[in-house]
Amino acid sequence: MEKRTKLAEMVRNQHDVILKDWVESQLNATTLRRELMKESELREQSREFLSLYTQSVQSGEGIGDAAWKPVKDFLGQITRSRVLLGFTPSETATFIFSLKQPLFDVIRSTLKDPKELVADIWATTTLLDNLGLYVMELHQQNREEVIHRQQEELLELSTPVVQLFENILALPLIGTLDSARTQVVMENLLQRIVETGAMIAIIDITGVPTVDTLVAQHLLKTVAAARLMGADCIISGIRPQIAQTIVHLGVDLSEVTTKATLADAFMIALQRTGASVTKSAVSQPKG
Amino acid sequence: MERIPILKMGNFLLVTVQVDMHDRLAMTLQDDLTGRIVKDHAHGVLIDISSLEIVDSFIGRMIGNIASMARVLDAETVVVGMRPAVAITLVELGLSLPGVRTALNVDKGVELLKGCIEQRATANGHVAG
Repeated sequence: MEKRTKLAEMVRNQHDVILKDWVESQLNATTLRRELMKESELREQSREFLSLYTQSVQSGEGIGDAAWKPVKDFLGQITRSRVLLGFTPSETATFIFSLKQPLFDVIRSTLKDPKELVADIWATTTLLDNLGLYVMELHQQNREEVIHRQQEELLELSTPVVQLFENILALPLIGTLDSARTQVVMENLLQRIVETGAMIAIIDITGVPTVDTLVAQHLLKTVAAARLMGADCIISGIRPQIAQTIVHLGVDLSEVTTKATLADAFMIALQRTGASVTKSAVSQPKG
Repeated sequence: MERIPILKMGNFLLVTVQVDMHDRLAMTLQDDLTGRIVKDHAHGVLIDISSLEIVDSFIGRMIGNIASMARVLDAETVVVGMRPAVAITLVELGLSLPGVRTALNVDKGVELLKGCIEQRATANGHVAG
């Protein structure tokens, strides 16, 4: 590709005009989010982008080239901040696409030869389209990162291991159990067993909406791993429907102690650890 | 040659695996331990694997086998101190060591062994009486 010094020159010479038009068109656009971004900030971003663009356009290369790295870095920066601010992808992309009009105006008014005019306009529109797509992609990536992070946080939050009593741990499970979650659940449980020296772990599945063969297998794995660490497991919170499903599926839970409610499981756990709970007479207030 | 020490503590034998086991070492341990159980008339065996960080299916099976062999020789066996990562690996490998007693640490293991042996003594007593 030949160098596009002329194009760069043109943009540089008309820098102020282009910037003014561009910012104006952005300010007039329906996608402007005045509540999210100040006008001065927009102006600053536009100015910086335009100067980086002018430098890179000189190379005459496509945006895959190293010459465009500063532009891309800058776009990465502003896209990230816009994602955090809550911009939509099209609002972010408009930042690039709205530059077309002012650039075309300048090219049209400067170049007289139709051939040259078409060539330059075509080159500019290709570049800006690619940059726009790049911004879209970045936007998407940033969004996905946010979702991924939230997933991880949810995973961490949704598997608490609580100590009920000396030597007794409880693991209230809420939500569907898949392989990834089972792994986290298992690791958390085993770690807590080591930390607390617990002998009994109660796995409460009241909050697990469905138990299929896979979930049952995951549960049994967790129980087996806990047993290898020297802790007995009790599975509690089995709802009537789930009991029916388990039997219909032919899942064998005979190796594990199962209880209908967490309270029952807690009582049996106390018994096994040699502790007991007694009711004391409530002292009546003297009349 | 490298060997895993077997210590006698009263009625029990204490095996502490302080290095990562390789296949040959596990075989040697199997020989040594069965020999010592017979020689010392041990009633209980405590296998401490708290320093064991890496297990494969062979070592996992060996641990299970050694425990089963000790039981055949009439010694109660408890495997203690398994690390969480090791436990997860064994379960994923499908080796959940059924029939092997486990405890969290040596303390709890000794307690469990004592309980087992007492229970057995009373049961035998009833049969005899």
